[in-house]
Amino acid sequence: MLPFTLEKVTSVQAAIAAASSGRRFIAGGTTLIDLMREEVERPEHLVDINTLPLSEIRIEGSDLVIGALARMADIAAHSDVQRLHPLVAESLIEGASPQLRNMASIGGNLLQRVRCPYFRMHDAPCNKRTPNSGCAAIDGLNAGHAILGTSNHCAATHPSDVAVALVALDATMQVRGPRGERSFPVEELFRLPGDTPHLEHTLLPGELILAVRVPGGPYSRRARYLKVRDRASYEFALVSAAAALEVGDGVIRQARLAVGGVGTRPWRLRTVEKALTGKAPDRKIFETAARLALEGARPLSGNHYKLELLPRTIVRALEMTGEAA
Amino acid sequence: MTTNVIGNPLPRVDGRAKVTGAARYAADFNQSGQVYAVIVAATVGLGRVTGIETAPVEKMPGVVAVITHRNAPRLPYAPHKSYIDPATGERLHVLQDDQVRFYGQPVAIVVADTLDQAERAAAALRISYTAERPLVDPADPKARPVVPEAGKQPDARLPADTARGNADRALADAPAKVDEIYEIARENHNPMEPHATVAAWNGNRLTLWSKSQFVVNEQAEIAAVFGVPPENVQVICPFIGGAFGTSLRTWPHVTLAAMAARQVGRPVKLVLTRKQMFFTTGHRPRTLQRMALGATADGKLTSIVHEGTGETSRYEEFMEALTSVTRFLYSTPNVRTRYRLLPLDIGTPNHMRGPGEASGVFALECAVDELSYKLGIDPIDLRRRNEPAIDEGENKPFSSRSLMKCHDLAAERFGWSRRSPQPRSMRDGRLLVGMGMASASYPAFHAPANARARLLPDGAAEIEVAASDMGPGTYTSMTQVAAETLGLPVERVRLSLGRSDYPPAPSHGGSWTMASVGSAIRAACIAVQEEAAKRPRDGRPVEATASAQRDPDAAARFSMHSFGAVFAEVAVDPDVGTIRLRRAVGAYGIGRVVNPRLARSQCIGGMIGGMGMALMERTVLDPRDGRPVNAHMADYLLPVNLDIPQLEAHFVEEIDPHVNALGVKGLGEIALVGMAPAIANAVFHATGKRVRSLPIRIEDVLTV
Repeated sequence: MLPFTLEKVTSVQAAIAAASSGRRFIAGGTTLIDLMREEVERPEHLVDINTLPLSEIRIEGSDLVIGALARMADIAAHSDVQRLHPLVAESLIEGASPQLRNMASIGGNLLQRVRCPYFRMHDAPCNKRTPNSGCAAIDGLNAGHAILGTSNHCAATHPSDVAVALVALDATMQVRGPRGERSFPVEELFRLPGDTPHLEHTLLPGELILAVRVPGGPYSRRARYLKVRDRASYEFALVSAAAALEVGDGVIRQARLAVGGVGTRPWRLRTVEKALTGKAPDRKIFETAARLALEGARPLSGNHYKLELLPRTIVRALEMTGEAA
Repeated sequence: MTTNVIGNPLPRVDGRAKVTGAARYAADFNQSGQVYAVIVAATVGLGRVTGIETAPVEKMPGVVAVITHRNAPRLPYAPHKSYIDPATGERLHVLQDDQVRFYGQPVAIVVADTLDQAERAAAALRISYTAERPLVDPADPKARPVVPEAGKQPDARLPADTARGNADRALADAPAKVDEIYEIARENHNPMEPHATVAAWNGNRLTLWSKSQFVVNEQAEIAAVFGVPPENVQVICPFIGGAFGTSLRTWPHVTLAAMAARQVGRPVKLVLTRKQMFFTTGHRPRTLQRMALGATADGKLTSIVHEGTGETSRYEEFMEALTSVTRFLYSTPNVRTRYRLLPLDIGTPNHMRGPGEASGVFALECAVDELSYKLGIDPIDLRRRNEPAIDEGENKPFSSRSLMKCHDLAAERFGWSRRSPQPRSMRDGRLLVGMGMASASYPAFHAPANARARLLPDGAAEIEVAASDMGPGTYTSMTQVAAETLGLPVERVRLSLGRSDYPPAPSHGGSWTMASVGSAIRAACIAVQEEAAKRPRDGRPVEATASAQRDPDAAARFSMHSFGAVFAEVAVDPDVGTIRLRRAVGAYGIGRVVNPRLARSQCIGGMIGGMGMALMERTVLDPRDGRPVNAHMADYLLPVNLDIPQLEAHFVEEIDPHVNALGVKGLGEIALVGMAPAIANAVFHATGKRVRSLPIRIEDVLTV
């Protein structure tokens, strides 16, 4: 671990000022400290933002507003979240391990780095860690990698579970920086790797995430998260799906769908949503629509199975929306 | 006088010390003036070190020494081989030349005042190599199998080739047959406690506080490596935080710690990182096995052909009992076994819980299951039809064999009668449910061991043995043996383990500690009582040392093995392929059970290990340079609490008067053996898809 300074800030203003001069925020630290120990992350100055008043979880009308510092475990255990926004709770519980969920904040969760093994190996090329050094995964072992949104420079999947749910639900984020506050969809936080995979998000220098807002809708309580993986906890998704349906008079009025484990960012599937809308919520319809998820999919040598698993996961998640969690 | 302590479910006598942190593990033995060593591992899979830029690193804060093959002392490495080392080949000589034989091989050590400084300096050390592509995949056609040197003699312990009858002809003529290839991934032991050594020289005497399942061998090996008399080396290891075989051998880090300590003239502490535990501390070798069974239409086995191949390193021939069980588990006139090794550019594998037997029994028990479906015979019934009267491989009777009793008991507790025989015929809601079973076996070994007993004037007793306790409860069970033999309450017996200057004991592995060390303790307790009876009471302690070994006559007359039966139920999601173990029941015939509570705990742990083998564990090497890509606990999957269902372990009543005076056959390994085939067979029953490659993962059952 390289030496670094650590200072505490007690106001949002001070945090933004510190970040504007190049300091890095630290909240739960579950990704950052881990990567600092391996010298993949090498910040010289850290600003501890844990005492900022950004941990509140509240319902505003039908919206859920989550302070950026709210812990994954606290959000998932919140009774209003479980009752009104079960998809958010379920996606959080499926993420990480109990120990990590106790520490990790929602803001940090969205900004977590990728789980590509080569990203952590200093003796392997990685365009994300060292721009223009090459990608060891494209021709290497890539069973866990993405099939959507990849480039010749990077194919790492975005690892967050809750981000998949937030992207499906049209959640927005509220951020404040040196030039004031702004809001934008969570989906727009994430960049595609293109030829600059080291640039992962769209926050401007000095910007601090204040909150995440999840709008409520008639589909919010008919919504499920399915995470498919080889063990029951503490493993990243092979494929996951967040699905929400509004069903009335025997037809799907609205659908919200995003998938994880397959994209270089949480992957919203609007073509599938469109194909579902106006149809009956039955398995045949789900199966036909789910095939559309594979548009533009580019498998690598080790992850062809995701072409099969992705539509199956979508079908099952859509079915689960009609079942209790 | 006996107090019937043996057989009681006594809680662990060291439990309180463990949960309060009073138990000290190797890395807890900090020494004054100690410095820290960090290993720098090769980043190529095959080649030579051409340059090491030590100068800039030597100037870094706190750095005491940078040791490479260029400045390391040439160590004597006098010949040393114990039974735990491969019989053929020579151990890795560390920092003695510029050759890189496998990815992760130590190429330098950095010593600094603090761990942090040593880690930073190690990360900054620039090393250049000439590199070529290593051969790391046993399935690569360039990999050439060899006949293991130590298996060439027909009377070898692990013979390369054995035959009775004419198995190939009988197979060709068989009305029913199964002939398949089974594959098992490389696994790493991954105990909680990392390998650790604290080394301190005092003149020509060396003390090692070092994680070891075999302190007297570590003493002998390090003495040989450094060319000092064994009595100058003391190895101390009172507690082990899990090992599963990885600490049976003395690996290069122990030599490096001792070398560094001598070089810098201060005690050195060296703890391996989790990642480094995937390189140089052994692993369960990848295996490829052909298993062919021939049978009559009514299920009588007429032939077994078992051809197994395991990977090894280029410099040592690691052998395990891959084909042994095949020769005696079932009755058949024709058996041929072949065992080969594939030398690859990897570190030497070593024993991992249930070594050899776990892998070989997986192939055999899956093949028998396949045969049961071909013949339409219940899998238990098929095994019953082939239950042998004697060990047909050795042509002698078993000292005891309760295999069918185990099947009956486990089947009843499991509810096997509720199983419908057709694959894909059982459901729970939308989930496919499958039930599978398998036999298990492991040898009842017994090695010569020694122990010292001391009766104190206040009536208490002290027992000393150079054995270890890696977690099965050796402290407790041995205390019970001593208490019962001496007629004392357990609180009056103090047992000490894990010092190389105690009476020597065999390696703590192979499920032979209870038989070997237990018998030695019993002998020492009897000896000390005899000694006390001879002497007047003078207020001084009475001491006796005794040894015990297997009765050679019994060993010549009987075949000695533990047997067991394992039943498993899985649920497979037909949409997304998720495989969940829902419950498992094991029944074991292991002779006398010294402590049912610990025995059950041992079995549950072994079953979880077998579950990992079946569904999760694999170390994946990048074929370009041999690096393990998942050398991390987040990426090397082991079962976590949420995966582990209800597990039951039962013991059949078994009295074996031949194995040893205690009547114990050993337990640790057999609990892992049989679990993987039971699960694989259950996955087939659930899905109708036969997966012959472990671990069985979602992508394997997706298209069912």
